[in-house]
Amino acid sequence: MIVLPDSASMAIMSEGARVYPNECCGALLGTADGSGGRVVSEILPIHNGREAEEQFHRFVIGPDDFMASEKTARARGLDVIGFYHSHPDHPAIPSDYDREHALPWYSYVIVAVESGVAGDLTSWILDCDRSRFLKEL
Amino acid sequence: MPITIQIPTALRVFTDRKSEVRANGATVAGAIADFAASYPDIRQHLYDEDGTLRSFINIYLGDTNVKNLGGLDTPLKDGDTLMLVPAIAGGSCPR
Ligand SMILES: [Zn+2]
Repeated sequence: MIVLPDSASMAIMSEGARVYPNECCGALLGTADGSGGRVVSEILPIHNGREAEEQFHRFVIGPDDFMASEKTARARGLDVIGFYHSHPDHPAIPSDYDREHALPWYSYVIVAVESGVAGDLTSWILDCDRSRFLKEL
Repeated sequence: MPITIQIPTALRVFTDRKSEVRANGATVAGAIADFAASYPDIRQHLYDEDGTLRSFINIYLGDTNVKNLGGLDTPLKDGDTLMLVPAIAGGSCPR
């Protein structure tokens, strides 16, 4: 189960609104215990690595940015426990594309941004057989 | 060729929480296949249904993405270290 403090969810919503009509993305930094519990302490916005004309419905955090986020987390005594992105003018429900590119264990936070205004915010974990996401928030 | 593979946090649930494991292979592809055979539950996260390495899984030999070397055919030597580095991708539309 994930604990996402208001400060973190507000920061994700404001990123989503700022980057609209494109998708924003970033890492969730925090702590994880050994039994599935995790607490987000802060978010780390990361630039969307997709081509500009694809960013309205796609994001990518490339391997170099991934390694940089882990390094930042470690320097702050934290771990990367998941990632967030926005769905401009789409509901906060993971797409099949999200699922096909997901890794197990991480929390995936999605914020819906409707006409530039951030609304629903949800969090998901990939099921172990990759067949679906399980909603955690 | 005994080598070491460094495992990202998200995949350590499949390696008994080990952050690095040993594997054998003359090439990157061989070493990853040997690793996947030792930890079968990890296979579906590394390979798609056709047995192709998933597009978001990157493999670094030292500091260099093997895409910039010889790809999966890059030869390995004794004591090399590979690192599995995911890219994180997604988006609102299904296709
Ligand atoms: Zn998405």
